Amino acid sequence: MAFLSYLINGMGLGSVYAIIALGYTMVYGIAKMLNFAHGDVIMIGAYTAFYCLTVFKFSTFTSILIAVLLCTVLGILIERFAYKPLRKASSLSVLITAIGVSYFLQNLAQILFGTNPKVFPELMRNSTFSLFDGQLTLSYKTLLTIIVCILIMILLTIFVNKTKTGKAMRACSQDKEAAQLMGINVDNTISITFALGSGLAAIAAVLLCMTYSTFTPTLGSMPGIKAFTAAVFGGIGSIPGAFVGGLLLGIIETLTKAYLSTQLSDAIVFMVLIIVLLIRPTGLLGKKVHEKV
Amino acid sequence: MALLEVNDINVYYGSIHAIKSVSFEVNEGEIISLIGANGAGKSTILKTISGLLRSNTGSIVFDGKDISQVPAHKIVYLGLAQCCEGRRIFQQMTVLENLEMGAYSQPDTTIKKNLEMVFERFPRLKERRRQIAGTLSGGEQQMLAMGRAMMSNPKILLLDEPSMGLSPILVDEIFDIIKTLNRDGTTILLVEQNAQKALKITDRGYVLETGRIVKSAKGKELLDDDDVKKAYLGG
Ligand SMILES: Nc1ncnc2c1ncn2[C@@H]1O[C@H](COP(=O)(O)OP(=O)(O)OP(=O)(O)O)[C@@H](O)[C@H]1O
Ligand SMILES: [Mg+2]
Repeated sequence: MAFLSYLINGMGLGSVYAIIALGYTMVYGIAKMLNFAHGDVIMIGAYTAFYCLTVFKFSTFTSILIAVLLCTVLGILIERFAYKPLRKASSLSVLITAIGVSYFLQNLAQILFGTNPKVFPELMRNSTFSLFDGQLTLSYKTLLTIIVCILIMILLTIFVNKTKTGKAMRACSQDKEAAQLMGINVDNTISITFALGSGLAAIAAVLLCMTYSTFTPTLGSMPGIKAFTAAVFGGIGSIPGAFVGGLLLGIIETLTKAYLSTQLSDAIVFMVLIIVLLIRPTGLLGKKVHEKV
Repeated sequence: MALLEVNDINVYYGSIHAIKSVSFEVNEGEIISLIGANGAGKSTILKTISGLLRSNTGSIVFDGKDISQVPAHKIVYLGLAQCCEGRRIFQQMTVLENLEMGAYSQPDTTIKKNLEMVFERFPRLKERRRQIAGTLSGGEQQMLAMGRAMMSNPKILLLDEPSMGLSPILVDEIFDIIKTLNRDGTTILLVEQNAQKALKITDRGYVLETGRIVKSAKGKELLDDDDVKKAYLGG
């Protein structure tokens, strides 16, 4: 039973990774770049929700909504001013810029919000429920996180496969020139992708802060790197890959902490990534496309 | 007035002067061929017309409107569609989704009608509409690329080497389709390695050499032209 409880808690953690990983993977899919500032958008989302709740005393729902909207706008602005001018530059320049944006956001947050840790208010009492005659105890938060993640995955899958904009996104990620010839505005589509990924980052921020309530301007770094790992693990560019990669990473991390070593858990997580990439360079669900001539 | 008028365009790739003062015109209802050796600049010209590349001189007038500064994604709305060299279909989307993307510029109501029209011309695509496009055979992919371009109901269709890599029977099939399309009212600007077949169905042809138009004449005349025979028709 202990194992089952670790497994489900791992899925909870993994769900947050998965939601963050979606941002990396969608942006990579379309802009072919690693948006290293994505983790810091999470951090901005956390501070926004925090101030909405504590200073402005908005309701939980309004606060989350404002955080989502603000991060969406932030994502669009980052793309517009930092990455768009580099559309034709080498990927190294883009990577360095992304790291620069990341530091910029962290330092900005340090100036605006200070470096002292903040404590996120309780959104949900830490209530738990028991199954199997009390042998398995789970928290509602974990359950909520998993449900939110699954909902997001379902909605996103429908969006990408069924709507005109979603299909245009996929078309752009496969061939930008051909997409333009179809009449698809590639710049707008890239903006929409950044907006979506950043909006999801805000949701991840709230879920993260519900579990780990203390946070600082570097909040986004570690989950960002883990989620990026999850995206690569699942196959960068693949939406189901982000989901599977995120969940697996969360489960591996939690089980490692429980059974092997708390200190080494991160090292083991990254080792698993390296092994998977050695065996399958495209990640678990990554696609290799064979061009037919 | 011609449907498409290319006036004095110059295109550079960095410092490479790929297209040198090229001018030509396509009248409504014609099939026009651009022929030339590898690297002559045929694809570059088509990409410039459809807005993927820019000329820093001259003008490109389509249907009475200068489109030389119109962004690439707006041009298909005006009735000009291009079928790229190398097919460039969306590999990971289904056949049907590829065709839907072809009609991205169209209102929903016309998509169904156009889809039927494309399926009628390419029954094979109908059978395989749920298949992932990347798993189609080369010939089927070419049909899909053409079908996708037709989905926008263009006034003019730019075709870049539609017969590339196809078996002789399929090549004939593709040329038949081009003729039928043209007969049904679509103006065609065709780029082909298969100069023999292209010139046979062509009203007028232009011969391109290292970025410059060196000759233009009726299709039949070019077929009989000694220089053209030597260079492009294998003697
Ligand atoms: N992206 C590019 N960068 C630099 N040079 C290019 C680029 N694309 C094409 N060129 C050059 O421009 C010239 C014209 O190329 P283009 O593709 O238009 O030729 P083409 O007539 O279509 O040839 P083919 O029959 O082989 O398709 C060639 O010399 C080519 O090397
Ligand atoms: Mg070419």
